[in-house]
Amino acid sequence: MKIKFLPIVAGAVLALATAISAASAGTLDDVKAKGFVQCGVNTGLPGFGNPDSTGKYTGFDVDYCRAVSAAIFGDPDKVKYTPLDATERFTALQSGEIDLLVRNTTWTESRDVSLGFAFTGVNFYDGEGFLVRKSENVAHVKDLDGASICVQGGTDTVTGLADYFKQNNIKYNPVVIDKLPDVIAAYDSGRCDAFTTDSSALYATRLQLKNPDDHIVLPEIISQEPLGPVVRANDPVWFNVVKWSGMALLDAEYLGVTQANVDSMQESTEPMVQRLLGVGNNDFGKSMGLSPKWAYNIIKGIGNYGEVFERNVGMGSPLKISRGLNAQWTKGGLQYGIPVM
Amino acid sequence: MSVADAGRTSSPGVNWLYKPAVRQFVIQAALVVAILGLIAWLVHNTAVNLADRHIASGFGFLNQRSSFDIVTFLPLTAEDSYGRAILAGLVDTIIVSVLAIIIATIVGVLVGIARLSSNWLIRALSTVYVETLRNIPPLLVILFWYLAVIAALPSPRDAITLGSAISLSNRGFYMPKPIFGAPFVWTVGAFAISLVVAYFVKRWASARQMRTGTPFHSFWAGLAIVVALTLIAFVATGAPLSFEVPVKTRFNVNGGLTLSPEFTSLLLALALYTASFIAEIVRAGILAVSHGQTEAARALGLRHGTTLRLVILPQALRVIVPPLTSEYLNIIKNSSLAVAVGYADLVAVGQSVLNPTGQAIEVVAIWMTFYLGLSILTSVGMNIFNRRIALTER
Repeated sequence: MKIKFLPIVAGAVLALATAISAASAGTLDDVKAKGFVQCGVNTGLPGFGNPDSTGKYTGFDVDYCRAVSAAIFGDPDKVKYTPLDATERFTALQSGEIDLLVRNTTWTESRDVSLGFAFTGVNFYDGEGFLVRKSENVAHVKDLDGASICVQGGTDTVTGLADYFKQNNIKYNPVVIDKLPDVIAAYDSGRCDAFTTDSSALYATRLQLKNPDDHIVLPEIISQEPLGPVVRANDPVWFNVVKWSGMALLDAEYLGVTQANVDSMQESTEPMVQRLLGVGNNDFGKSMGLSPKWAYNIIKGIGNYGEVFERNVGMGSPLKISRGLNAQWTKGGLQYGIPVM
Repeated sequence: MSVADAGRTSSPGVNWLYKPAVRQFVIQAALVVAILGLIAWLVHNTAVNLADRHIASGFGFLNQRSSFDIVTFLPLTAEDSYGRAILAGLVDTIIVSVLAIIIATIVGVLVGIARLSSNWLIRALSTVYVETLRNIPPLLVILFWYLAVIAALPSPRDAITLGSAISLSNRGFYMPKPIFGAPFVWTVGAFAISLVVAYFVKRWASARQMRTGTPFHSFWAGLAIVVALTLIAFVATGAPLSFEVPVKTRFNVNGGLTLSPEFTSLLLALALYTASFIAEIVRAGILAVSHGQTEAARALGLRHGTTLRLVILPQALRVIVPPLTSEYLNIIKNSSLAVAVGYADLVAVGQSVLNPTGQAIEVVAIWMTFYLGLSILTSVGMNIFNRRIALTER
C-alpha cells in the first residue's frame, strides 16, 4: 500500500511539469499576442539606452528595439523596456523575462555558444578605450604602468584589460566594481587614474563627470568589441525578425532610403528598393510572419541606420562619435547590409 | 466492546483507516512524497528548460581560466580558474567578517558600558553614536566611508606621510610589509611556549589566591614572560625579519602592505554599524543583572572596575550571547554589500564569474551554500560558548 504512493505522485508531478514547459509558443507569436516587445536595455548610458527627463527611453540601442516593434506592429512605440545592468542582462534573456536584449553587448564566442544566445548582427563596431585626467599627461595606454584602473565587473572589458596589460608586460591595479554608476563615481572621486570600457560608452561617461573638460578619451583602442542585439538561440523565427530589422536599417541607408523620402521612394523603379519596401507583389515579410510593409514601417518609424546613428551618438548628438568603422562599406566602414531578395 | 478498546484491538468490524498509527503514517508519507515531488518537478523543469535553450549546466566551468584580474588577499591572476577566484572571494568574505566581528565586539562592549556611565559627557556621546549609526542603512555607512571619507584624502602625490614608509592617500593606507626569514619559526615557537608558561603561572596564582587569599598580578607577570621569551628567541636567532617598503611610482604607491580603500571602508562600516547594535545588547545585558549584585560586590569592597569585570559582565553574558550571535550572522551577511565598493568578496567575485559563464543557477547555489555554511559554523561556535557560560544548576 504505502509503496505505491511514490511512483503515482511522482509520475503525476512529472507529467504536469512536462505539460507546463511544453506550453510555451514561439516568441513572435507571444509578442503579437501580448501586443508589445519586451526589450532589455541599459540602465543609463547616454546615446545608447537612457531614460530622458520624462522616463522615456531613447538611444541607439533603444532604436533597435523600436525597429523590431515597427516591423511587427507598424508602430515603433509598442516596446516595454527592462533596464538591466551588466550582470543581470544574460539571466533576464535566458529566463524569458525579455524578448530581446539590445544593451551594448559584445558578441563573443562563449556568449554565442554556451549561454544559449544568438547575436543577430553587429549594430556598432566598438573597442575598449581609456578615459584619463588631462592633468596626468598620459598619451598612450602603455603610459599607464602602475596606475589604478576602474573597470565594471562582469564585462568582457575586464578580460580585454587583463589580456592587454599581460601581453605588454605592464602592471596595473584593477578596481573592479559591479554597477556602472558606482565605477564612474569611484573614478570621479579620484580612486583611479583611468576608467576603461567600450570607447563609445567612454564618450557618454565623460559627459556625466563633475568636470568633463578635465578628462580625455585616449585615442587608442585595445580590443575588438562588436556590439549587437541578442536573442535566445532556440527560436529561429524570432532570430530572423530581429536580424532582418537590423538589416533593413543598413539596406535603407545603402539604397538612399530615409525617413523623409521613404514615401516617395515607393515610386522608385529600382528593384532593390521595391523589394525592401514591399512595393508591387514583393512580399518578403510573409515568410517571417510579418506584413509586406515591414521594412517600410521601420524606416518610416525611425529612419535608416545612418539617421539612427547620427541622431543618437553621431554629430547630431552630444556624444559626437564619428562613423569610423560604422560607416557603410562603400564609405570605408564595416557596415554591410545583407540584401533583401 | 468498550470505546477504549477500539483503537487497540484489530477487530474485523473496525476499518484499518481509522487507526491512528496508520493515519499518521499515511499523512506523513504523503507529505514527504509531495515535497520530494515538488523538488523533482523543480529540478526536472529547470533541466528541461536549460536543455531547450541550449544553456550549458554543471560545475565544469569552475576549471576554466578566469581571464580577469581582481585584487584579493589570496594571490589571484587572470591565469587562475573560476573555482580559485570563487575561493579567493570566500577568503575575502571570511577575512573582512572575522575582523569586523572582533572590532564590533570590542567597540560595542565599550560603548555599551559607556551608555551606563555616570559621566554625563561619555553617556551622551555614546548615545549619539548608537542612535546615529543604528538608524542609517549599512550600505550608506559603507558609501560614506568610501566616497566621503577615503576619497576625500589627498592623491598619492600629496599623500599624508609618516617617514618615507607609511603613507595615507585616496589609494589606501600603505605601510612596510614584514618579510619573515626561515629562522623566524623559533620566535613563533618561543611565543607559543611562553603562552603555555603564562597559563600555568595564572593557574598557580589562582590556586594560591583561593588557598591563602594573597593576590598575584598574574596578567602583568604573564605579559612579561611572553614578551621576554619571544624577544630573547628573536634576538638569539639573529632577528630574521626585514621589511618591504612601499615605493612611490608615477601613479601610485606600490609594494608593501596595503589596506585598500575598498577593504577599509567595508571593514569600518560593518564594524561600527554593528557595534551600535552590540552596544545596545551589552547595555540590556548589564541592566538585566540585578542591582543587588553591584551592591553586594561593593559591600565586599570590590572596586568599580573589578565589580564590572568579575561580577556584572559574567552574569550579563548569559543575556548578551544569544542576540550577539544574530549580530555576528548579520555581519557575515552584510559583508555582501561589498559589491557597492568593489571589495572582492564572495558575491562580487561570483558576479564576475556568473557573467562570462552565464551559470546563474550554479553560482547562486555556491553563494547559498557558502553563506549557509559560514552562518552555521558561527552559530554552532556561539552555541557552544553559550552552553559553557550558561548558569550551572547545582
